[in-house]
Amino acid sequence: MTDVSPEVRAAHWAKTKTLTITVLVLWFIFSFVVHWFASDLNALSIFGFPLGFYMAAQGSLIVFVVLIFWLASRQNSIDEEFGVAEDDA
Amino acid sequence: MKGNFIDNLPKIYGLYTGGFVVFILLMAILEQVGVDAETIGILFVLFTVVIYAAIGWLSRTMQVDAYYVAGRQVPAVFNGMATAADWMSGASFVAMAGGIYFGGHGYLAFVVGWTGGYVLVASLMAPYLRKFGCYTVPDYIGTRYGGDLARLCAVIVLVVASFTYVTAQINATGTIAARALQIPFEVGVWFGLLGILLCSMLGGMRAVTWTQVAQYIVLIIAYLVPVFWMSSKQEFGLIPQFAYGDAIARVAELEALHKVGEMKPTEAFAGVRALTIEHATAGASALANWKFVTLAFMMMAGTASLPHILMRYFTTPSVRAARTSVAWSLFFIFLLYFTAPALATFTKLQVLDPNLATGIIGKSFSEVASLDWIQKWSNVGMLKISDSNGDGILQINEFFMRGDIVVLATPEIAGLPFVISGLVAAGGMAAAMSTADGLLLAIANALSHDLYYKIIDPSADTRKRLVAARVLLIVIGAAGAFVASFKLTGILGAVAWAFNFAASGLFFPLVLGIWWKRANREGAVAGMICGFVAGTAYLIWVRFMGGAEFIGLDHLRFGIVGMAVSLVAMVVVTQMTKEPDEETQQMVDDMRIPKGASVLSSDH
Repeated sequence: MTDVSPEVRAAHWAKTKTLTITVLVLWFIFSFVVHWFASDLNALSIFGFPLGFYMAAQGSLIVFVVLIFWLASRQNSIDEEFGVAEDDA
Repeated sequence: MKGNFIDNLPKIYGLYTGGFVVFILLMAILEQVGVDAETIGILFVLFTVVIYAAIGWLSRTMQVDAYYVAGRQVPAVFNGMATAADWMSGASFVAMAGGIYFGGHGYLAFVVGWTGGYVLVASLMAPYLRKFGCYTVPDYIGTRYGGDLARLCAVIVLVVASFTYVTAQINATGTIAARALQIPFEVGVWFGLLGILLCSMLGGMRAVTWTQVAQYIVLIIAYLVPVFWMSSKQEFGLIPQFAYGDAIARVAELEALHKVGEMKPTEAFAGVRALTIEHATAGASALANWKFVTLAFMMMAGTASLPHILMRYFTTPSVRAARTSVAWSLFFIFLLYFTAPALATFTKLQVLDPNLATGIIGKSFSEVASLDWIQKWSNVGMLKISDSNGDGILQINEFFMRGDIVVLATPEIAGLPFVISGLVAAGGMAAAMSTADGLLLAIANALSHDLYYKIIDPSADTRKRLVAARVLLIVIGAAGAFVASFKLTGILGAVAWAFNFAASGLFFPLVLGIWWKRANREGAVAGMICGFVAGTAYLIWVRFMGGAEFIGLDHLRFGIVGMAVSLVAMVVVTQMTKEPDEETQQMVDDMRIPKGASVLSSDH
């Protein structure tokens, strides 16, 4: 349908996969790993908050927002690099 | 004219926001000249609902792509706001801060789960589904895997998950309408439904989109204003969300002083509870950690599987916009979610601190019993004080309340003017209505497009399809209101169930359809059926048959079982059957790059 060669598609998809895995690893750390150790982290303090509480109430959330904006811009540049971005974008 | 409207969006919603602020000021003036709190509450709810209905009427349409996907021209930022309103339900608005108040760190698993899910939406789903060009989630399943059976399975999972959720929302609109307009709950439910239908029926997704943007603006103002006001009174600075660390330390001192967790209540009252869990202390056992992460995980997987959320990203003009739009959605959601823990902390401080005028714990029982807000909320059964040990002093285990009070009564506890309470009611109404609209539309669209048009009568013309869609919307809305009017929500349970149902049945068929080219029809059908049935069976087992929980997986986490079964069934069955045909594999390839026409044409 679309005139993109299989080689370009494969290379584009490989890079997309790497980016996605990177994002998911960061997601995993800030979703689960950090909170698993919340009790220990509470011994530390950040901006006056116990760190474990802070991460669940605010820290992880900020990471998620930044992570998605970063993902969107990285993926857009990957698409442009391989010439598979939308024409009218 | 149409293009004009899109270009003018910032101006239109800017004016709208300005108008709403003027309305709030007007109400404040009315309060000063002596209009009573009830009238102000009625004006707030009626005025906002009329505005939403007007937007719904202005957005009426008879075009298929406008009805199903808002003509695919919603800019990323506005779609972000609409998604945020679609997402944040009455539960987020009214119950979340209260949940944190009572549950402390453990409840924050919801906060983490309901935000982290968007990482999955952005990385695994939204841009690819947008490229696919489907109208509904079952539309994607049915086309990617082929066959009516796959489509039908997806429709069934969608209906069960969304219907569980929508009755809770209609119930919430009914509760708020009943309280603000001083009408019986049963009437309030139908009034709420009328407002919901006025927003969605004439214009489908287009109307819902533009009302949801309007509802987001109301709900976020209503949530943030009381918190900013209260924190500035207590001198926590301009952006209290970043500065309440000291308040947490103070709460910890007060918890020791009042023996929170040590003194258990000796009496019980229906619907209200006493504080027994420390605010910031995290569970130290492996089981507690496991419960935290499994709950967060289920909420995330559910977020990425709930059709009313996914379908919002079908409305953006491009794949690129769909990606950015997920980011904006989470940003707008974040504004409320990082405020909820702050609100819970401030409220706790107000109630616990004997040095503050608002503190009640440790004060004389008769003095507390004579406070206005204690009496008012006791009268509606949302609060209870009882001098269990008869010493004439109110202890922590003698003060019972419902979590919802944290949001609803905080303006009164902190002594803010009535106008703020009216604003909060309007915000709660906006939150519940916007989610109900999105859910009803997801159900009705799946039934009208996938069941009626694609399976039952593929020759139906546009007019007939859109009439069917509207009739279904009314029928499902009425069914939801009917169920809600029985107040079964206590039994029907948690909003969390919707997430578990959706993730059990849909998560892997959706994700693997994009990320695993080999995934085929047999595998997807097996994944949906086995996952959904296993999850449901486990729910019935632990919740209604008194079965033992498997490693701490209770009824809020039954999707873990469903998802595991779904994954195994889908992979095994796919491997045992033959790979999908050339055409399907080409479809997957095309879905993975933004360039080129969408897989499904704009009028399919």
